Formats: sequence, structure tokens, C-alpha cells
Amino acid sequence: MKWGVVRFPGSLDDADALHALGEVLGQDAAMLWHKDEVLGGAECIVLPGGFSYGDYLRCGAIARFSPIMRSVARFAAEGGLVIGICNGFQILCEAHLLPGALMRNRSLAFVCDFVTVRVENAATPFTRAARAGEILRLPIKHGEGCYVAPEEELRAMEERGQVLLRYVDESGAASDAANPNGSMRSIAGVANQGFNVFGLMPHPEHAVEMALGGEDGRRIFASIIAGAASAAPRVSG
Amino acid sequence: MSAAPIALPGEPRVDLAEARAHGLSAEEYAAIERLLGRTPTFTELGVFSVMWSEHCSYKSSRKHLRMLPMSGPNVVGGPGENAGAIDVGDGWVAVFKIESHNHPSYVEPYQGAATGVGGILRDIFTMGARPIASMNSLKFGSFDHPRTRFLVGGVVGGIGGYGNCVGVPTVAGEVMFDAGYNGNILVNAFALGLARREDLQSARARGAGNPVLYVGSATGRDGIHGASLLASAEFDAESESKRPTVQVGDPFTEKLLIEACLEAMKTGAIVAIQDMGAAGLTSSSSEMAGRGGLGIELDLDRVPLREADLTPYEILLSESQERMLIVAERGREAELQAVFAKWDLHALVIGQVTGDGRWRTLHRGRVVADLPVGAISDDAPVYDRPARAPSAIDALAAASESAAETDAPAPAAALRALLGSPNVASKRWVYRQYDSIVRSNTMVGPGSDAAVLRIKDSRRGLALKVDSNPRACAIDPYIGAVAAVCEAARNVACAGARPAGISNCLNYGNPERPEIMWQFIRGVEGLRDAAIALGTPVISGNVSFYNETEGRAIAPTPVIAMVGTFADVRLHLKQYFKIAGDAVVVVRSAAPSYAASEYAALFGAPPRPLAPIDLGRERRLLDGLVECAERRLIRSAHDVSEGGLAVALAEACFNPAGMMGVEVDAGEGGHDGEVLFGEGASTVVISAPIENIEVIHQVFAPLEVRRIGRVTAAARLTIGAAINEDLAALKQIYETALPGRLNRP
Amino acid sequence: MRARVFVTPRKGILDPQGRAVEGALASLGISGVANLRVGRYVTLEIDAPSHAAAEAMVKRMCEQLLANPNIEDFRFEVDAR
Repeated sequence: MKWGVVRFPGSLDDADALHALGEVLGQDAAMLWHKDEVLGGAECIVLPGGFSYGDYLRCGAIARFSPIMRSVARFAAEGGLVIGICNGFQILCEAHLLPGALMRNRSLAFVCDFVTVRVENAATPFTRAARAGEILRLPIKHGEGCYVAPEEELRAMEERGQVLLRYVDESGAASDAANPNGSMRSIAGVANQGFNVFGLMPHPEHAVEMALGGEDGRRIFASIIAGAASAAPRVSG
Repeated sequence: MSAAPIALPGEPRVDLAEARAHGLSAEEYAAIERLLGRTPTFTELGVFSVMWSEHCSYKSSRKHLRMLPMSGPNVVGGPGENAGAIDVGDGWVAVFKIESHNHPSYVEPYQGAATGVGGILRDIFTMGARPIASMNSLKFGSFDHPRTRFLVGGVVGGIGGYGNCVGVPTVAGEVMFDAGYNGNILVNAFALGLARREDLQSARARGAGNPVLYVGSATGRDGIHGASLLASAEFDAESESKRPTVQVGDPFTEKLLIEACLEAMKTGAIVAIQDMGAAGLTSSSSEMAGRGGLGIELDLDRVPLREADLTPYEILLSESQERMLIVAERGREAELQAVFAKWDLHALVIGQVTGDGRWRTLHRGRVVADLPVGAISDDAPVYDRPARAPSAIDALAAASESAAETDAPAPAAALRALLGSPNVASKRWVYRQYDSIVRSNTMVGPGSDAAVLRIKDSRRGLALKVDSNPRACAIDPYIGAVAAVCEAARNVACAGARPAGISNCLNYGNPERPEIMWQFIRGVEGLRDAAIALGTPVISGNVSFYNETEGRAIAPTPVIAMVGTFADVRLHLKQYFKIAGDAVVVVRSAAPSYAASEYAALFGAPPRPLAPIDLGRERRLLDGLVECAERRLIRSAHDVSEGGLAVALAEACFNPAGMMGVEVDAGEGGHDGEVLFGEGASTVVISAPIENIEVIHQVFAPLEVRRIGRVTAAARLTIGAAINEDLAALKQIYETALPGRLNRP
Repeated sequence: MRARVFVTPRKGILDPQGRAVEGALASLGISGVANLRVGRYVTLEIDAPSHAAAEAMVKRMCEQLLANPNIEDFRFEVDAR
């Protein structure tokens, strides 16, 4: 399946996403420059981790105005798959392609560590290869990962199953101790109402090789690949 | 041939007094007048004052650094170019260097540390190598000192703030707390990059007529000392302008610079490239011209400025960050400018290479400086400062400067206290703030003896560690330096890698004092002897003098960054016990001692001289470890350092994949404090399948190899009858010690 | 009494945020913008015996915590009541 990884000035895990998809998972993955307006026929767009524009002003606030984001928004509106990882999640929120916002970690410190997340909804293009309730071990590395949204909105999102991943401890229970950044309701990843746009703070692209610490990230990519195999190719601009 | 430079209106008169105000000695000023055959202009005086400063010219150290071994079968390039490189196999070379940023970090810890990281990264990618790993060595004062917590927060914040944003993982480091650094912390930043051998860039200008391009951030007053400002005489500036302008790092621009420079290098249009570090535009331009035996002419009107009113003096000496200087092939400027424009970076032609051997700068159409290129770089003074060993009385005082001996605590209590001591305890609070995984190469990150990186599309890999031993150096600066090199090599070998090359950061007091100069020379001699014996040439390095407050110098602190190579990185090791039933074996090159130990610092101990180190046995230990790894004979290896054997055994049990336990048999002299907690002897704790013990003995012969116990599934640490501790409780102490101290008001 | 504190990068100091935001505005097609600097705005209520005392307190707060004197300037306003 064809993937496009968008590179903004300051993107850092773009090379890692390309490596994970292209080299490790054998996908047809290409880098898309932020000034491009075309998505190269990609069936899934990846907005990677990093510090686009230095995270200056607000994380993702400047990147959302890059020329390519117009195409990404259109692609998403037409039902195309978009996954935003870490900084990518921040960009999707700033661009209003996902609800809510990411704020500074409660501890005010940057955290790089492995965490455990629970799959809350396995009936989406991004999680279909996992079981509901499955625990995944994924790395996080961020200083602004505290997910917030108005209480009303959060309630509605939970009801609709838009919360896809939640921080839990190793036994599968959500708690303050298991929440690395203070996110409301320990939310680690959410989808839009159409379930074609997904944002998550953990880095699945850094968990695809045992040699580097774990392979649970493959679940998410495998979900997307499985879906594309059975879907008609999308026309993207 | 151009007209002699003239003084600018409003500039102070240049004379001996002005030269002294600039930090030049009377002899140096006389030498300058001789070299030029005239009095220098104010701008030229400023140039000399910085280029001939200790920081830029290494005038007190150069003579002695020449004794270091800088070549070897795997060495590519070496000191003289920006950073040296070693061949790591499969056509890859590793470029690496460590540098200090001590004084700026004491004043403004966040930006001081951040710009330290930025600066060392530029030294790497200017050579054509993509930076793939950072390390750092930090020395703070004691927790009693009112400024310590503020400094720790700032420095760690700055390293993370810059390193995380620029996309280079921080994979290892060391942190120490000691009252000796109360008034003078140490922040040494290391970076390593990888390049294909044929892609290494030169910093040697070629081709008269070739254009010189300025790339990166605009130039401001960063690093300029208020007192020398022309502006403060001309304008009635706010009082702020007289304070030195702190260098602020911009990691976003640095990331753009990395990508743009690496892309620009692929065009082949770059003849030479150098980063603008200390003395920015001046040092980069003069060094590139000097190496090529050519001259260079710069038009300062073309330099992009952050403030319009910068004087030539300020433009030339500014230490604004994230700037590079490039000599391009004539006619190919536009090609390069297109690459930089893609990344939204300035890339402007500001001058050209000449054939006349002069360093010349113009401002508003007038020549403001015209110097022989060699005068500011090669012809900088080289001093042979007097060195004098301390008297016997001073030496004894240094040796017994440990805590007053109290009643020795029971071994279990001592172990708990050591695990809870900030110099021993887990540094997770620190390294959790650093991205250690970006670029997808990190196989072993912070927390184990050495970091291990893979090289994609290759079986090869690298191991990295940074180490120092100021306590040993305080007693004997030669032995302490040897010990630091051995420890760094040992940590790398414990990961299974062959130690291959060193970058050193030599932090000392005021070299104008004979006893400090003696410490420095003995340190360099120790570094030399160890580097030769261990087969690890010195690839690059840095010297930081004048680390002292109110006449009190820091302990001599040579910091050693060691890089090791793997033929097959899949055979790497970690420090943790893995399999219950494995034999636990101790390999030693000498007997442990209380000298210079953490135990002695906490509890006091009977005075001990520092034992000389047998480098032949050290080499045997390293070779043995590498052989064990390559032959898959052992399961884990852990270096014994602060806290001694008992601490190392506990640490080996703290396996993140699942806590293990260990049973050590009685009768290993096992209740003797010095055996349990002594340091100073190269000791490694190994776990291995029982059936391999015989071979392991042979591999390490003639070193002492002793089987002392076994790995257990039950998470307890027992040493004879003296120690029987629950490891979960010990781990709790170990992990909470540092955050506990930092959060205490 | 209410106080407002404005913290800005010191004159001459590099302001990476300002640079990046200025550049972003330009790429949005908004021209004619120069010298954009990003700072911090802090508001607070303060209990003090007099206006002068309040001003002295706020000044100390700025010097010690709200601004980093190495790289930032500050100015503040304290309301009359």
C-alpha cells in the first residue's frame, strides 16, 4: 500500500516513519515535502513526530498552514486515512481535523519512556488488527502531550468510541500513576467522527523492531494495511 | 595589495593599556606590533584578543597536547580539522568530539547548556557527517549549595530543550555532585556523526577567486563583552547593552542547517565548510584560509545583521549561533543558494578566497583589518608555562581529604546509603528528559554501562560512554587520568565493543599557577600512556582552563568520551543478569581500595594511597570482554565503579525486563568493607552459563577470575551472612534518591 | 490590586520564536510585518499596604522569577486600587 510521510521544517521522526514503513514493513512509502500540494497517490498520510517550526508559538500552530495541509484536509474530508503521531497529532488538532488540544505535560517536563496503552476500540481502520482491551507497549517522547477537550465533547467522544488508546498500567488499569502527561481521562489517542483520521502521542514507528525495544507498534500499521488490502484505492489530489 | 586599514571615528586609541584591557599581555601586544610592522587598528586588536585567547589558541596547552597519540590504522583525519574520524567498517566513518561550555552554563544554565549542544553538533556536520548521537558529562556542586538545584534544572532543561528539538538522540552521560564544583560547574557536550568515507568534507580553502558564503542565522551581539563595545562609547545605550549578550540557541534553525548542509554537500559545489563557533566569522574564515595556505577577503556590509548598528568589531567577533561559512566552487553559488532557500535559510556571498595570504575585512568600503592569515591562527603564542608538583605535605592532604572516619556502618546499611547517594543512584530523572530513540538506531540507551547504536544496512555498530574520575585525579592527576581512560574503555567493552577512539575534554584550573600546570601535564601524560596501551588514539578534544572561583580550582577533571566498534552489533551485551542459575563471576585486574571511593566520601575510611594502574592487565581485561562477547560466552557484563562491588551486584539485578536476584557465597572476603565497597581496581561483574566458566578463565588469564555466586529468580541480594536485602526495596531507594534530593526545598 | 507584567526578549537577544512566527505570517501572505517578538504576559492580584509597596513587590517578583534577567526585560503596571 502507498504511504506518504509529510516532512515539515523541524520534523524529526519523519525518517523513522519512512524507515519503519518502507524498510521494516515493506511498504511503498514516500516523503512528501510540506510545500508540495500533491499527495503522490498515497492511501494513508502520516504526519510524523518532531518539533515542526521548533514548536514555536504553539506546537503545530505554524505547520497547519503549510501548503500540503490544504491537500491533507481535502483528502481527509473525502475519507482518506490520516495518522498523526505526536507532533502530527498536535498539528491535526490545530488544523481542527481532530477535536481537542495538546498542552504541556502536567509535570512540565519532557518525558521519553515506554508506556502501556489499552486499545479501547478495535473496530477502526487503525486498530482492527488488535483486540479491544489489548495492551500495547509503545514509547513516548514529548513535553506537550496532555490531551484536553471540553467535558461535554469528551463524553460524546467516549460514547462514539472515538477514544482509541488510553494510558494504563501493566495490569490494564488507568490511573494517575500510569498517566505520563496528565491527559484528561488518560487519553493517548483519538479518532475523528468519521474514523479516518487518528492522532496519538505514542510512537508506533519506534516499536516495529524487537532489536530496538519492542514490536507492538506493528499492530497499528498492520490494521491500516489490512484495511487497504480490502478497500478500493482512493483518489487523492 | 590594498591600503593599510584606518581607524574608525569614535574608536578608542590602540595602545598597551587598551591591549591589556582586552586581556593581552605586554609581550603579546609587542609580538602583534612586530608581526604587523605597525600598531593594530581597534578592530584588529579585538580580533587578536579573541584569537589569541586561551579558549581559541590553546596557548597554554598546545605544546603538551602534541604528545597525545592521534594516529592509528583506523584513524581518518585527526585534530587540526574540526573533529577527527575513525573507520568503523563497511565504508562508514564515525566523526566525534567533546567540548566544554562550563562558564556560560554557570551564568545562564539553560542557554549555556543548549548552545554547548548546538556548538558541538555543528563541529560534526560541518565535516559531512550526520549527527546521530549525543552524550554529556555534568559536574554540579553539592546539594547544600544554594545554586545547585537551579543549575541542575537549567542545564538538564537546556540539553533536552536543544537536543530533543534538533533530532539527535542523547544516549549516555554522567552526572556528579561534589562541593568542589560549587562555584564552577562543568558541562561537557559530546556528539558523534556518521558519514560514508568519501563524503567527508574539508575545512581547507582552495582556489583563489572562489566565493565565500555565509549561511544561517543573522549576526547579533551574542557573546560580545559590553566593555569592548564601540557602541557604548558612541551611543548613550541603555545600561543593558553593557552587559554581555547571552548566546541564545535556536535548535529549529540548527535542524534546518543540518538538513540543508548535508543536502548542499551532495551537490559537490562545496570546496570547504566550517562552522562559526568561538570568534565566529573571524576564526572560521581565518582557519579555512590558513589551512589552505591562502588568503580571504570579507565584505562585512554583506553580513545579515540582527541589529543594524553592529560595528565591524562586533560583526567579526560575534558568537551568534547556527551559522556556517562555506567556500564554494566559483560559478556554483546559485546552486548552493537554491538548496538553502528550500530550507528558508540565508545563504549570501560575503567575500572570496584570495591568493595573497592576507586576512582582510572591509566595512563601508574601507579596510578595517588586514592581517597575515597565520598571525591570528598558526602564529598565536605557544607557552611552556612553569609546572611544579605540590609539596609532599599538600599531596598527603589531598590524599586524606575524605570524610572524617566514623564508625564503619554495617554492610547492609552502607549498601543502602550508597544506593541512595546521588553519585551512585539512578540518573533516570535526568535521562528521561532526553529523547534517546530518535533516528531509530538506539539498541541500548541510557541506564546501562554504555550506549549501543546500530548502523542501518550493516552488521556494524557503535558503543559510546563518557567517564571521568576527579576524586582519583585530586590525589594523583596522572593515575586519575589513566583511570578515566580505562573506565571509559571498560564500559564500552562491557557492552561487547572494541574500544576504538577517544575524544577528551580536559577541565582544569588556572594554568598560570604552576601546580595547576603540573596537574594538566600529568593528566595529559596519563591520557597518552593509557591511550597507547589500550589502542585508542585521541581523535579530537578540547581544553577548558580557568575553572576556579576565588583562587580555588576544581579537582583536575579530564573527561574521556570513548567510542567502540562492533563487527556484529547483534552480539552486544547489557549490564543486567538475565537467567536464573547463571554463574556470577568477578574479573579483576587489581585489588579494590577505599582510595577515591564514594564509600570514603560518605563514611570516611582508612587512608589509602592510589595504586598505580597496570595497563597491560587493563588491556587484557578489555580484550577478554570483547572476546567473551564475540564468542557468546557470557550473558551480561557490568563495570564496577562508584559504590564498589555490592552496588554493581544490585545494579545488575535491576533488569528492566524483570528483576533478578543474586546469591554470593560467604568466604569471598565477603564481609570486608573494602572488598564490598572499594573502587579503584578494574573490576567487572559477569553472568554466564555455568558450563562456560572454564573457558572464561582461559580467556581472561592471567587476571583474577573468581566465581562468587549465582543469579537467582527470587529478587533478593545476599552476600554471605552480611547482606540479605529485598531488591525491590533497594531499587526504590536507588530510583527515588535523585528526584528526592532535587525536589527538597 | 491588580498587576500586569509584560516580559519580552531583551533588545539584541536572539528571539527564535519571533523569527519563526514572523516567517509564518509571511508565508500566509501577510506582508509588511517586521520586528515581531514573542514574550509573556502575566496577570495577578496583589495584597499590599500601598500602591508603592505593591509596585516594589511586583518589581522583585519580576527580577527574581517572572523574567530571566540574562535574556529578558520586563515592565509592569499596577492598578490604582
